[in-house]
Amino acid sequence: MRIDLTPRTGRSALMDALSPILAFLAALVIGGLVVAALGRSPAAAFVTYFMAPLSEVWSLQEVAIKAAPLALIATGLAFCYRANIWNIGAEGQFVVGGLFGGWIGVAAHGIPGDPLWVLPLMLLVGTGAGMVYGLIPALLKVHLGVSEILTSLMLVYVAELLLDYMARGPLRDPAGFNFPQSVTFDDAAHLPYLMEGGTLHAGVALAVAVVVLATLVLGRTLFGFAVRVVGASPRAARFAGFGDARLTLAVFAVSGAAAGLAGISEVAGRIGQLQPSISPGYGFTAIIVAFLGRLSPMGILVAALVIALTTIGGEGAQIDLKLPLDLTRAFQGLLLALVLGADALSRYRVRFVPGATA
Amino acid sequence: MRIVQGALVAVLALGLGGAQAQEKKPGEKLKVGFVYVGPVADYGYSYQHDQSRKALAAALGDEVETSFLENVPEADSERSIESFARSGYGLIFTTSFGFMEPTLKVAKKFPKVKFEHATGYKRAPNVSTYSARFYEGRYVCGVIAGRLSKTGTLGYIASFPIPEVVSGINAFMLGAQSVNPDIKIKIVWVNTWFDPGKEAEAAKALLAQGADILSQHTDSAAPLQEAEKQGKLAFGQSSDQMRFAPKAQLTSIVDDWDGYVVGEAKAVLDGTWKSHDTWGGIKDGMVVLAPFANMPDDVKAQAEATKKAIADGTLLPFHGPVFKQDGSEAVKAGENAPDPMILGMNWYVKGISDTLPR
Amino acid sequence: MTVHGLTLDIVQMVLVTIVAAATPLMIAALGELVAERAGVLNLGVEGMMVLGAAAGFAVAVETGSTFVGAVAGAGAGLALSALFGLLTVVLSANQVASGLAMTILGLGLSGLVGASYVGLKRDPAPHLALPGLTDLPGLGRLLFGQDGFVYLAFALAAGVSWFLWRTRAGLILRAIGDDHTATHALGLQVRRVRFRAVLFGGACAGLAGAYLSLSYTPFWAPAMTAGRGWIALALVVFASWRPFRVLAGALLFGGATVLQLNAQAAGLGLPGQALSALPYLATILALVLLSLGRRRGGSLAPAALGRVFTPHR
Repeated sequence: MRIDLTPRTGRSALMDALSPILAFLAALVIGGLVVAALGRSPAAAFVTYFMAPLSEVWSLQEVAIKAAPLALIATGLAFCYRANIWNIGAEGQFVVGGLFGGWIGVAAHGIPGDPLWVLPLMLLVGTGAGMVYGLIPALLKVHLGVSEILTSLMLVYVAELLLDYMARGPLRDPAGFNFPQSVTFDDAAHLPYLMEGGTLHAGVALAVAVVVLATLVLGRTLFGFAVRVVGASPRAARFAGFGDARLTLAVFAVSGAAAGLAGISEVAGRIGQLQPSISPGYGFTAIIVAFLGRLSPMGILVAALVIALTTIGGEGAQIDLKLPLDLTRAFQGLLLALVLGADALSRYRVRFVPGATA
Repeated sequence: MRIVQGALVAVLALGLGGAQAQEKKPGEKLKVGFVYVGPVADYGYSYQHDQSRKALAAALGDEVETSFLENVPEADSERSIESFARSGYGLIFTTSFGFMEPTLKVAKKFPKVKFEHATGYKRAPNVSTYSARFYEGRYVCGVIAGRLSKTGTLGYIASFPIPEVVSGINAFMLGAQSVNPDIKIKIVWVNTWFDPGKEAEAAKALLAQGADILSQHTDSAAPLQEAEKQGKLAFGQSSDQMRFAPKAQLTSIVDDWDGYVVGEAKAVLDGTWKSHDTWGGIKDGMVVLAPFANMPDDVKAQAEATKKAIADGTLLPFHGPVFKQDGSEAVKAGENAPDPMILGMNWYVKGISDTLPR
Repeated sequence: MTVHGLTLDIVQMVLVTIVAAATPLMIAALGELVAERAGVLNLGVEGMMVLGAAAGFAVAVETGSTFVGAVAGAGAGLALSALFGLLTVVLSANQVASGLAMTILGLGLSGLVGASYVGLKRDPAPHLALPGLTDLPGLGRLLFGQDGFVYLAFALAAGVSWFLWRTRAGLILRAIGDDHTATHALGLQVRRVRFRAVLFGGACAGLAGAYLSLSYTPFWAPAMTAGRGWIALALVVFASWRPFRVLAGALLFGGATVLQLNAQAAGLGLPGQALSALPYLATILALVLLSLGRRRGGSLAPAALGRVFTPHR
């Protein structure tokens, strides 16, 4: 039997919107069956996973906090992926952003009077560090033709080990009994809260702002045009004044900066100090988010919220239903696989040709 | 205020069907939550904590309800801790050093909830800290190793150069020196708490270079199995790992949190709970040595005697004179190392020839 | 026989350790090499490996047979790679995203599969014992005292090399990896070859995982692969897509770790983080050097690697 894929003519917007929803429903059915097989009620699991986190002001804030770094990084990655440039090292750019931005926070510890320049400098340095770190694979690609997929991935581990070394060594809190973490930042180095008594911090607003900005840049500027067309037609991008090299450097700079900003926002927002590890894998999860959101900033925002929701719901499921964490992970993997599959089905008409060989 | 809060929560719970937050009323079950940094299936640190959760359920039965979150990344733990507090949990154990700042932050918001943070040093009116004097057990192990080593060289697989690990190495060495002043030790840092493959490689390296007894401060049973394979001897870690190496395990330093966890839960139920710091050792049953095995009776007797002397306080592992590596005196003759010195230990005792990584 | 306190026996023990540490990297990397030669980048190696470790150990416990366990481990990797192949080869989904999805899925599934096997222990896979030969001083254990996985890894390298450069099917596979459009136009079955290459890669990753849980450290623990799948990916590039260079690279990567630990045991300390970063930095350096070499005319990476192929009719 042979399977043929023919591109659909006149892709409908309805189909585009429907395919991830259908994939989500399919993942729900499979997940529900597994939950039932584990002897729990699928209905209760559904409520815990997807409804409970939306039912309280606090958990809504937590969903937003969890989604912010994902949306931020994924928005940057969308620029790369649309231009057919494969930056998969956002995790490293995130870590480097957090490390160098956080370094300012550590250095500013104890300066009296909570000076106003500390926080902007941290954000600037963090963003810049992420951008520079992102430019390493870009430069290697442009000048030496080295595959950016592998170099950017390898640099993740280098960044993680660098942070580990710094947090255990030079940046360790001298009064902290030699435990591996820095001093906690002064108030001047903390992102402010958006609501009195809440947990929502300014990093979330930053993420939303970047998503909006990215939508405008992608849709309304020459650079955005170049990014959008280069995948389909490198020549068209060149006409727009963006050669391959310039575009590669530009999209890596954008995604590195976004990841770096996410890193320093996390450090200055939630964590409030440097630790040997500052990311539960945001940089990798963001790749998934970018694809779930179909490489459009608004779609990414929605996808980031969905992933954040399942993560927080997964914790509720562990607490209330004693469902294992591995189930949440397997569900997220399955969800992405189904969305990618459904996406293909919406792009191509699949024909089965019995008898023929593939 | 409490009534208002309760009413608000009730409204939310009714209106949205999924909210779980509630205040504990007299006569209700005490909900006890545990936050683990690793998987409960690690057969080491997190596993051993989960044993105490099960012991708690067994000891207090209907009076308590327990639940846990596993694999919680330290940088992302604030939400995990808070979700317990919001779900009506009255007592929350946060079992890793890296949870220290998040625990304090959440505790500030939930003054009525009691928190128990393991291995940290910062407390609050509703945050207690607890840890175990693992070094006491390591001293006993050192005595056994000093007696049994034929090559005069011991091997030590260490995770990260934090004080708890360093004081363990020192106590092990002091114990060994007490029976064999010329004993040598080789130390390998693997920079991980858990990587069975790397731990096995470290064990092989130590055995190849003449160590005939292994001690480890990492969590997997791989080094024990390697010793067993090569007909050498070793000490287990965190839990009794006899089943992995029946011919090699001499004893194991078992973290026994059962008594402490049950005691704290009872105190909350009785209304007698107060914030305090507990650093329990062999005497308190917090550090337990698995049955001595694979050694001659006279060594066993000496090990038992050492254990008993530490338990009744006649023997303190860091009893002066204790000299640092460079020969300077750390603890004067006749004095004992004060707790803060042990808690912040960042130097090797005399007789260790390696340099401590920083 | 003693040279500077190093006896021949110590050298042999270190070498035996290096070979054992390199074996899972070799097996997984050789499988991935075939997939990449066909033009498919599989970032799900880690997930397939860890699932193979869990399934292999579980089946070995249930059947009591290490061999059946190893086959089951390979089968589990193959099953997950079938899903990956369905997405990327049949449905032309993005390979990077699909591969990452497989890693997450594999980690989750392995935890579910392995949950009831935690804390169990098995005897390690049997080692070869040839009377007379295995006891030869200095070399006996290294050459004649390993377990089946190790010999299989070396045989696999020879087999893959022979297949890719000595058979017609291998030539076709490489051609497809270099230019799927042209090979398709020639009437070659691009997707079928790719799908099979992906399955082979998945089976190898699963087998490499089974080696960890059945032989290297014979028990199951969550996430016990500890990133070795990613190292295998790096290794394929480091080896510039050549099987025997994969062997050399694996011995080098395994050797770096083992020698580092041995150096520490011998009292020569070095900062752990810097050494842990070495394989990754070495890979980047290798990539750079390879690219410089390519400028002088050699052909290296499969040109169609990672690119989506859809037959348009």
